[in-house]
Amino acid sequence: MITHKRHGPEILPLELIDVDYKAGGQRLIKDMTCSFNTSRRSVIIGPNGAGKSLFLRLCHGLLKPSSGSINWLGEGAQQGRDYITHRQAMVFQRPVMLRRSVVANIDYALSLKGISKQTRKDITESVLQRTGLRRKADHPARVLSGGEQQRLALARAWAMTPEVLFLDEPTANLDPAATHAVEEIITAIHGTGTCIIMTSHDLGQAKRMADDILFLHRGRLLEHAPVAEFFKNPQNDLAQAFVQGELLWWNRGQGSRNRPHKPKQNQHNNKQE
Amino acid sequence: MNDFSTAFGTAFSLMINLDSALVEIVGLSLHVSLTAVLFAALIGLPVGAAMALFRFPGRSIISVILSALMGLPPVVVGLFVYLLLSRAGPFGVLGLLFSPTAMIIAQTLLVTPIIAALTRQVIEDLWNEYEDQLRSLGAGPARALPTLLWDGRFSLITTILAGFGRASGEVGAVMIVGGNIDHVTRVMTTSIALEVSKGDLALALGLGIILIFLSIGVSGTAFLVRRMAEQRHG
Repeated sequence: MITHKRHGPEILPLELIDVDYKAGGQRLIKDMTCSFNTSRRSVIIGPNGAGKSLFLRLCHGLLKPSSGSINWLGEGAQQGRDYITHRQAMVFQRPVMLRRSVVANIDYALSLKGISKQTRKDITESVLQRTGLRRKADHPARVLSGGEQQRLALARAWAMTPEVLFLDEPTANLDPAATHAVEEIITAIHGTGTCIIMTSHDLGQAKRMADDILFLHRGRLLEHAPVAEFFKNPQNDLAQAFVQGELLWWNRGQGSRNRPHKPKQNQHNNKQE
Repeated sequence: MNDFSTAFGTAFSLMINLDSALVEIVGLSLHVSLTAVLFAALIGLPVGAAMALFRFPGRSIISVILSALMGLPPVVVGLFVYLLLSRAGPFGVLGLLFSPTAMIIAQTLLVTPIIAALTRQVIEDLWNEYEDQLRSLGAGPARALPTLLWDGRFSLITTILAGFGRASGEVGAVMIVGGNIDHVTRVMTTSIALEVSKGDLALALGLGIILIFLSIGVSGTAFLVRRMAEQRHG
């Protein structure tokens, strides 16, 4: 039962140019330049503190870059801030649930988008069905298990029919079964034409879920490549070490040292639709 | 010693027989304090929430003033309202002094800072938890305000009960602006003060016991609300 579709012009592609983000006098994101296109799945990997979450928050607009620019280049971006906000959704590492029922959590999100009551009901019903939460519809959201809460967060995001869905380590706290369920839902959302941009520290998940890999280290984007190419033959020495599961400050790979990713050298990324 | 036991006996018989003087006093007390708490909540909840959500010039000064007002002695508030409502004062023409309305005004002033300051804390904590998610869904602080008041409802009920506790227990403000006039502005706390000074312990004790039960009732309700919230929402 698909009762809702996305309407209106697209806001993608998303482009970051020389983005820096500073907090407390430290540069946490450095010279970030990259772009994202329709209907690809990008997974951002890198060690803790690489700036993966910050990167997502910057892209999603929760944080403002200290310098550089983040632009939505699609036709829809002309329609203003609210339109851009409502074309995106984000799922956080720890799901944030309102102190209300499962249904009310989704209904609230939809009401912010200005959707009429009857339509809200249909959409809610449909996403709960698709995420396997229908039997929990009237339960208070915060007493659900971790896996169920994350599924609810995904259902809520799905209800928004985002053009771009950001996910910050969506399976970090979940067991394998719950992780599998979450990955299936993400795949299904991607199947409706949503661009997926997620972070992960699980290389297996990155291989399963990604079309493109972005490798971040200490706030820099060191490599941005299609998934097969990245795992077969990473160019950067730190990426090589990371893929081989080595401790990064211990044993670097043999590749070029610290060559930050420059989009010009990797233009094939965008052609592989 | 004998005096005390007689006084207790009389006090209980007053309560059990629903003595008309006692009922009248308790009724007026509840009327004044509940009305005051209602107004204080209507003002304090949105003000406290706004303090938590918006950044504006003078915010920290208001915050300090609110905290200071929380601990303000009731007699000072009483004096302040007295000056405003007295014949020579700016609102003297309304003729409100020594009426239940004056007592409601005084207690509202007394309770509003408490509700506002505690609300601010509750909403600030919730906003820390919700901010990213709500902004992501397209809700800025203004849209979040009613959302957070609703989601904080259990903690806020406790806050309002704390306000009621302060209102029903204070004697200084209602004494000054109400005047403790029999059948008009006499409430539990003022009559306890009067009866004790007259040496008539029975009525004072009866009212005192009712106040204790009221206080236990308030904290019991707060406890139940908190437990219900934990069970329902974790």
